[in-house]
Amino acid sequence: MFAEFDAVLLARIQFAFTVAFHFIFPAFSIGLASYLAVLNGLYLWKKDEAYLRLFNFWIKIFAVAFAMGVVSGITMSYQFGTNWSVFSDIAGPVLGPLMAYEVLTAFFLEAGFLGIMLFGRKRVGPTLHMVACLAVAFGTALSATWILSVNSWMHTPAGFAVSETGQFVPVNWMEIIFNPSFPYRLAHTLTAAYLTTAFIIGGVGAYHLLRGQRENPGVRTMFSMAMWMAAIVAPLQIVLGDLHGLNTLEHQPQKVMAMEGHYESHPEGAPLYLFGIPDDEAQELKYAVGIPKLSSLILEHDPNAPMEGLDTIPDDEQPPVAIVFWSFRIMVGLGFLMLGVGAFSLYARWRKGLYDNKWLHRAALLTSPAGLVAVIAGWITTEVGRQPYTVYGQLRTVDSVSPLAAPAVGASLMAFIVIYFFVFGAGVFYILRLMHTPPHLGEETMEETRDGPIRTSGITPAAQVGAEGVQTPHPEPGPAE
Amino acid sequence: MEVSIWLANSWAFLLATAVFIYVVLDGFDLGLGILYPLFAKKEERDLLMNSVAPVWDGNETWLVLGGGGLFAAFPMAYAIIMPALYAPIIAMLLALIFRGVAFEYRWRTKRWLRYWDLAFIGGSVVAAFSQGVALGALLQGIEVDGRAYGGGWFDWLSPFSLMTGVAVVVGYALLGSTWLVMKLEGDIQERARKFAWTFGIGTIGFILAASLATPFLENAYYQRWFTFPNILITAPVPLAVAAIAFLMFRSLTVNKHEYRPFILALSLFALCFAGLGVSMYPYIIPTEVTIADAATPFKSQIFMFVGACVLIPIILAYTGYAYWVFRGKMDPNEGYH
Ligand code: HDD
Ligand code: HEM
Ligand code: HEM
Repeated sequence: MFAEFDAVLLARIQFAFTVAFHFIFPAFSIGLASYLAVLNGLYLWKKDEAYLRLFNFWIKIFAVAFAMGVVSGITMSYQFGTNWSVFSDIAGPVLGPLMAYEVLTAFFLEAGFLGIMLFGRKRVGPTLHMVACLAVAFGTALSATWILSVNSWMHTPAGFAVSETGQFVPVNWMEIIFNPSFPYRLAHTLTAAYLTTAFIIGGVGAYHLLRGQRENPGVRTMFSMAMWMAAIVAPLQIVLGDLHGLNTLEHQPQKVMAMEGHYESHPEGAPLYLFGIPDDEAQELKYAVGIPKLSSLILEHDPNAPMEGLDTIPDDEQPPVAIVFWSFRIMVGLGFLMLGVGAFSLYARWRKGLYDNKWLHRAALLTSPAGLVAVIAGWITTEVGRQPYTVYGQLRTVDSVSPLAAPAVGASLMAFIVIYFFVFGAGVFYILRLMHTPPHLGEETMEETRDGPIRTSGITPAAQVGAEGVQTPHPEPGPAE
Repeated sequence: MEVSIWLANSWAFLLATAVFIYVVLDGFDLGLGILYPLFAKKEERDLLMNSVAPVWDGNETWLVLGGGGLFAAFPMAYAIIMPALYAPIIAMLLALIFRGVAFEYRWRTKRWLRYWDLAFIGGSVVAAFSQGVALGALLQGIEVDGRAYGGGWFDWLSPFSLMTGVAVVVGYALLGSTWLVMKLEGDIQERARKFAWTFGIGTIGFILAASLATPFLENAYYQRWFTFPNILITAPVPLAVAAIAFLMFRSLTVNKHEYRPFILALSLFALCFAGLGVSMYPYIIPTEVTIADAATPFKSQIFMFVGACVLIPIILAYTGYAYWVFRGKMDPNEGYH
């Protein structure tokens, strides 16, 4: 299937595929870990059963998503060596320590407290259980922080020198960690994770509202919380994205040229192209539809500001435009769509129709995967826009790759594709099935669903639900609000 | 860019410790997967899996530290070893995926239960086997060309590496069964004891075979083990192995201790590990790349080393706490107790 490709391309496809798959799970579990900590806190504080029921509902989903994140992540940490060994050797002295810190500060924290968070409520008591929830939430965010520092350094390297062995070596750790694009990328990506989670939760809430669970307090609470997040965080994310873009313009101008489809320079103000077919051969944007001067206005805050195009960049320094151009439009388009849903929810709330507006529920259900798609599209923009470099301006992708033979990479790539789709497909299926049963009174805990047949009879009859042949439990009369 | 020898050696020691912790911790939970086929009833399998469910993720994180630490402290070695062991490493990663998700998926389905049990078994066996093959391949030598791997795609494959692969599977099964002796009661514990006995014999056999083969793989190993005065230091290692093995079998059969077999099995692993250390030092890739050759500059190593010295004790403390929370015998009637 991949016979005509060379080893470098295969290694790139393999890395891109596995990292994109990996990132789907953290994007969801970073947000969900924090949401669970909030739910648990609210339950302890207000003693309202709706929060506990939600906690127990979402934690089962979290456990599945987290397991998928962990196993796909372990793959990542070895892929650097298997597929990018030259890169690992050269960049190791700078990036290795950051990744080691990620393991020591974040992964152990998450993994160490995960067991207590999932199964320990009765054993350690409410306070320590809450601590465990916070530790896991904090650990997920911290792991994102370290890895994003690593990734940002590859985009905007700083604080290093080149040694006589040709390795990058550290000069100033602060400059390395807080490299120029790191704060923007961190803010934008973490916010993306929260937004992604909010839309998934909102979508599940909407689904049950559409299926007649209007009186279920768990469903109401989750939908309302998610819509608040959407309304507040979606606009914030657009602002952060804009700031991120301005930063990129400063440090990686050709990436922005590719995002904008600017093959030629515009001395009198550049248009914002909404549509077009990039053609790298001809170096032009075919069938371009654009709004004059808007790009200069957004990026330079002056409609007449001159902007350079890819014609100022040598051909062998240019990223492939079409992928960057389109993935960027997908992300931004979804960003505005999510903004729209957030605004719609505010309107419905104001009209006292948050739980009744069928169109809002349909919109929330349809946009529930929007965050995931936007996140992947955003990463593709970033990473492909960095080409032809792995470490921007310093180390080319073709010079980073392991001395691999195409058949070996081809075989492992096939194995990854088949196994990932199969294994993670099954996981997504189980998650969807867990989502399908509404949170209900006496929502079973993690322990209860894992006791096997010996215990579940008698204590919590409902524990059998959620496995095969799901029956939808009965909307029960929740306490009226 | 100066490299500091004491620091590089300390890192090598630290990494070896991380890998050792990984081997014993994930060793016993991979071992449970290897033993799974011997426990056919669903209730028994539930028990086995629940005995490690709260801790397996933490156990596996030591593997990430092993790989990440090698990347951080000895990137050149990482860059040579990973492509050299490409096939076993990829096999291990894929196996760990199947095994890791089985921990959660298993409880989410009835129709597919059998298949996720198979995934758990297959994943555990293949992961353990690949780790053993990787170890064997490293010991038998890796061809190095400049700063990169210089060998072919199947260099890792040899009778020796296949043997170390099986040896690790058997060794993990021993760890797993002694863990079960500690966590279970009654009839099922009695069976675990029997398995521990069988796999104990197997493990000792493989230790013997590997110890006999290793010194003849490379002249350097031979020099180290069998020449005077080194032999004065190396001779006690096999004696200690024999002593521990004796204690372990006695503890399993005569005294029927609960905790001791597990501890003794761990000591057995520790000794083998020490033996490996003696064979390899000062190389990180035997007879090709030394610890000093592969070390990153002082500035990189010290930055992490300070952090590691502070953080690892903290990690050990809360990991210990997590084990403590879920301590004691499993009650088949109550899931987590
Ligand atoms: C829910 C997800 C999400 C949404 C709605 C948006 N983004 Fe985004 N974006 C990301 C998730 C994301 C990301 C996955 O987090 C990226 C990939 C790498 C990164 O740093 O953040 C990203 C990258 C990224 C980049 C590339 C930066 C670089 O390569 O250096 C720019 C310029 C923007 N975003 C701008 C925007 C704008 C103007 C948006 C307005 C609608 C927007 N993003 C919505
Ligand atoms: C934050 C941690 C990350 C690091 C350190 C990282 C690093 C890398 C490296 C080393 C490459 C290979 C060189 C190349 O082909 O450009 C790469 C490529 C790529 N990565 Fe990332 N990456 C990270 C996150 C992500 C995420 C989360 C995604 C997607 C969701 C992603 C998508 C891609 C894609 C699509 C490519 C292929 C680009 C191409 O080859 O044209 N990356 N990245
Ligand atoms: C090439 C890049 C990456 C590597 C090498 C990597 C490595 C890993 C590893 C080894 C794990 C398992 C940790 C454990 O054993 O508990 C993991 C999980 C995780 N990773 Fe990544 N990762 C990468 C990209 C990312 C990115 C871009 C993010 C977020 C911005 C991220 C966030 C997380 C989080 C939050 C977890 C915890 C598990 C989960 O939430 O599902 N990782 N990663």
